[in-house]
Amino acid sequence: MAEALLSVRSLVKHYGAVQASDRFCLEVARGELHALIGPNGAGKTTALNQLSGELKPDSGEIYFDGQDITPWPVHRRTRMGLARSYQITSIFDQLTVKENLALAIQAHNGHSFRFWRKAGDDPATRREIGPALERVGLEERATIPAVSLSHGEKRQLEVGMALVGRPKLLLLDEPYAGMGPGGAVELTKLIRRLKDHVSILLVEHDMGAVFSLADRISVLVYGRTIASGTPETIRADPAVREAYLGDETPAKEGTDA
Amino acid sequence: MTVNRKTIAIVAGALLLVALPVIAGLTDEPYLVTLASRILIYALAAVSLDLMLGFGGMVSLGHAAFFGIGAYGVGILSMHAFEGTVLFNWPLAIGGSQAALTVWPLAVLFSAAAAGIIGALSLRTTGMHFIMITLAFAQMLYYFFVSLEAYGGDDGLSLFARNTLPGLDLGDDRQFYFVCLAALALFLFFSWRLVHSRFGMVIRGCKDNERRMKSLGFPTFRYRLVCVIIAGAGAGLAGALIANQTEYVSPGLMHWTRSGEILVMVLLGGMGTLFGPVLGAATLLLMEEFLSIYTEHWMVFLGPFLVVVVLFAKRGIYGILAGGNGNHG
Repeated sequence: MAEALLSVRSLVKHYGAVQASDRFCLEVARGELHALIGPNGAGKTTALNQLSGELKPDSGEIYFDGQDITPWPVHRRTRMGLARSYQITSIFDQLTVKENLALAIQAHNGHSFRFWRKAGDDPATRREIGPALERVGLEERATIPAVSLSHGEKRQLEVGMALVGRPKLLLLDEPYAGMGPGGAVELTKLIRRLKDHVSILLVEHDMGAVFSLADRISVLVYGRTIASGTPETIRADPAVREAYLGDETPAKEGTDA
Repeated sequence: MTVNRKTIAIVAGALLLVALPVIAGLTDEPYLVTLASRILIYALAAVSLDLMLGFGGMVSLGHAAFFGIGAYGVGILSMHAFEGTVLFNWPLAIGGSQAALTVWPLAVLFSAAAAGIIGALSLRTTGMHFIMITLAFAQMLYYFFVSLEAYGGDDGLSLFARNTLPGLDLGDDRQFYFVCLAALALFLFFSWRLVHSRFGMVIRGCKDNERRMKSLGFPTFRYRLVCVIIAGAGAGLAGALIANQTEYVSPGLMHWTRSGEILVMVLLGGMGTLFGPVLGAATLLLMEEFLSIYTEHWMVFLGPFLVVVVLFAKRGIYGILAGGNGNHG
């Protein structure tokens, strides 16, 4: 197999006596949509926070695009092409849609120790703002304060901000959380579109979405990866069934979410 | 319409400030000029704090430290110039000076350097811890200057004259007033450009959601640190001016209650509005001036007033005058 885009080797993270990550391993290949699932309390968020750099692991290594990024701070990982979107939508409410995206563009175009010229007049921003709006389908809403967007649109903006700077890997943290059926359909379409341009690690509860979108799935239980493979193998894996899926066969009805 | 109202408010304010020495002359109340200079100087300090507080979301209770350092910069250099002694001998002998063009930039530099050091340490914390640590640093400096006998210690230091500026006589209260006005106007203009620049966007983003700024790829620490340094530099300039105005510096300039006053000016006038803190400084100092004629407990009136403003006018006095809209200063 070609070298993985993201390779996580035996991450360990303790919170006191709780072992949130217990020799957690994960491989994400270039171009794939990899889903990370697990029951509540399995350590998915802890794992994700270590990947994005917000948490330092106690031990273990993270290789991204051939480099050991374990000691790197968040902003450096982002600039390397490891972007993240949040479970709790985390956009800048007071700024307009356009300004939100402009801020993301700014992050990828040199330093911001520029004190004089208006931020909106920045050449990089002017060049990239149009495509960025288009990518998330929010052209019509460009000048609206982000706070007045619908929940689904906020999600789109959230993802759109992570996509600026053309990341190599996008970490999506439970994008379906709190999403109504209509919004979920839109989001699935958006993720399908993205799949062609960027590798994705999707952390998600929504089994329907996971089994219909993912190329491969890893299952996390008590901080450890107990299985990793295609949706079919995961569905058939007895350990997964026992530990996580119970007796139900979850995604037989793996219809569109 | 709010844009118009805002413009009218600002233009009216500017006209009033320019005309004030004339009004004071006509009404034969020259002390008005002194009072107004004092307001302008505190306004400058408050605007500099607003950059940190209103735009950067960094609540500091130690801003007077930078104010005091700027003032002591002027005081100490002036003392050495008067005595003809050197400040220090190594690595090169540096004497005192009375020239504003030398002393003021130095005062600003001292304050900026102090802000750099204090900021670098304080910014490792956030929220309440940040408030407490800035307070602690300011009090450390306060006690340092209290015990600095060579420069007057507790009693402070009197200047034998104001600094000199080519072509102007700073000893003249009216000319000095216009220098203060120019300093404030320039700093306001600079700040206004700043908050709309790329740098300003980053600072404002950090106030909203620093975690997200990091994940967008911004190394937020250094941006916030530079914001603190700029704020400290502004306060340093204000300090240099106040030393000249009163011709006296004392540790009281950097006492934590002074930091509190500057903070109250920002809150009263309107956080994150730039012009608001100017109004806040004017309101607070005018209240002090006129209420203290009747009672020494004038703060009894200030307290409820502040509560009312903070509760009912989200963007302070500026918000009332200029209309609620447009959160971009």
